[in-house]
Amino acid sequence: MNAVTVSDLTKKFGDFVAVDNISFEIAQGEIFGLLGPNGAGKTTTISMLATMLDPTAGSAEVCGYDVRKNEDGVRKSIGIVFQDPSLDEELTAGENMDFHGRLYRIPKKTRLERIVELLDLVGLTERKDDLVKTYSGGMRRRLEIARGLLHRPQVLFLDEPTLGLDPQTRNYLWEYIERLNREMGITVIITTHYMDEADRLCKRIAIVDKGKIVALDSPEQLKRQVGGDVVTVFSPDYPEALASLNISWIERIERYDGFFSIALSDVEEHLSELMKLLIQYEIAIRSVSIHKPTLEDVFLHYTGRSIRNEEAGTKDHMRMAYRARRH
Amino acid sequence: MDVIYTIWLRNVKRYLRSKSRIVGSLGMPLFFLIILGFGLNSVVNISNISGNYVEFLVPGIVAMSVLFTSIFAGIQIIWDKQFGFLKETLVAPISRTEIMLGQTFGGATTAIIQGTIILVLSLFIGISIPGPGHLLIAFGFMTLIGIAFTSFGIAIASRIDDMNGFQLIMSFFVFPIFGLSGAMFPIQSLPLLFRDLTLIDPLTYGVEGIRFGLTGVSQINPVICFIVLSAFSVVMIGIGASLFRKIQI
Ligand SMILES: Nc1ncnc2c1ncn2[C@@H]1O[C@H](COP(=O)(O)OP(=O)(O)OP(=O)(O)O)[C@@H](O)[C@H]1O
Ligand SMILES: [Mg+2]
Repeated sequence: MNAVTVSDLTKKFGDFVAVDNISFEIAQGEIFGLLGPNGAGKTTTISMLATMLDPTAGSAEVCGYDVRKNEDGVRKSIGIVFQDPSLDEELTAGENMDFHGRLYRIPKKTRLERIVELLDLVGLTERKDDLVKTYSGGMRRRLEIARGLLHRPQVLFLDEPTLGLDPQTRNYLWEYIERLNREMGITVIITTHYMDEADRLCKRIAIVDKGKIVALDSPEQLKRQVGGDVVTVFSPDYPEALASLNISWIERIERYDGFFSIALSDVEEHLSELMKLLIQYEIAIRSVSIHKPTLEDVFLHYTGRSIRNEEAGTKDHMRMAYRARRH
Repeated sequence: MDVIYTIWLRNVKRYLRSKSRIVGSLGMPLFFLIILGFGLNSVVNISNISGNYVEFLVPGIVAMSVLFTSIFAGIQIIWDKQFGFLKETLVAPISRTEIMLGQTFGGATTAIIQGTIILVLSLFIGISIPGPGHLLIAFGFMTLIGIAFTSFGIAIASRIDDMNGFQLIMSFFVFPIFGLSGAMFPIQSLPLLFRDLTLIDPLTYGVEGIRFGLTGVSQINPVICFIVLSAFSVVMIGIGASLFRKIQI
């Protein structure tokens, strides 16, 4: 049985189509990533899967339960860490956990045992009796993850779990998510716009843009589709002549705003030749970067835009400000 | 039951922790009690209803305190929406009616505590306390007011998304409900139009019920008060629950 099956799922807000007829399946025990820029429809998709939003059209099953017809079945089988904060700040960490455990009707003994165990796992045992309003952003996030696991969900939704965390904490969380998946067999669905995060964690990734899935595969396959190596040249010019030359080792040249990228098979061998050609065609080169394809290149390739655009920056910033304000 | 208790517990815990809120919301009732009570005590003669005006006023101020606290507790849902905590309860495998009832009983409990504090404080200005039977009646009516108006607050909070609507609610619902309730003046003394308005106001029946409990006399038969206020509570729970079920976040 699949952990999640989505068919032709659509969500409209008025005339605006936030999720546009998407279909995919997630196997049990998989770590599945939804990767896309702000407004792509990741949270909307998760909200529908978690029964928080009614789909406009299409259907979805989670653990065999239809999200429309059997809300309770779905709710019992999932855990969710929302993108935005969802803790009660006037309660302590222990009380937030206890509240959750009672809502999910976990018997007292088990509940107390698991709370101790999970708080230990996320390193909050010592702060257990402190009010959440005295917590840092990273501590809150860890608490939310622990809370999401308290009722032992089969499927765990993590909506940008590492947003605004420092690299060390992010790393720590990644390890933790991997361990959960490995040791408890929990299916994890994670949304992010951090490329490295998706790359490292996910077995398969769906790249979402404007409500549609534009690519879905393992990170390796996705990157392979882009090419062997990528040379990104920042320049106001574009070597059209080079593109029409049909050189055998050049797989593809794509033009973007302010730069172009050349996918080629063996950069070590062909770099000097490539540079010679660029100079020959009088291309003004501001800078060059040479790298193995990343998911960033994959995203560029499929959408023609960079995922880390200005907007992403400001929105992150706003969210952080929002979090900070709430202390 | 477990779930209702859980949500009740959270509300009561939060309330007991916010000392400043407890003290802060004593301000207005005490102000009314002291200014009106002592200001008018010697001027107003209502010997046909009550010994003196202060004695007459205390039940009204207790009702006021219960009213304000309970509506405020219902409105609390707006904060839960804004701070995201509501999502945590809505995504759990429990019915929304359970959540709503937990919230209602939690709000009513805090309102009763708040009303009790006023009652105790009014002992210091020389109000005598009735026997346990009568006291029980007073608490029964405080409970009904608490339940009805927390539900009322939840109903409103289910429909508005931010605190901007809060002032609107205070001016167009809460103050009129209090002002027209007969908490501050005898019903018979009012001009006809206001007397009718007073009799439409559900809080009137709460005030009269508490007044019967605390002073032993009331202008409306306490049985009628009980029936009207109970019916109003049931209707309010119904409306609150049905609006709460429709919350979209
Ligand atoms: N309740 C709503 N009413 C109207 N539009 C909405 C609503 N919720 C989301 N949208 C719109 O739907 C689109 C998708 O939003 P969604 O939150 O799913 O994006 P996302 O991929 O999670 O983005 P982010 O990375 O910023 O979290 C956005 O354009 C958003 O403005
Ligand atoms: Mg999102």
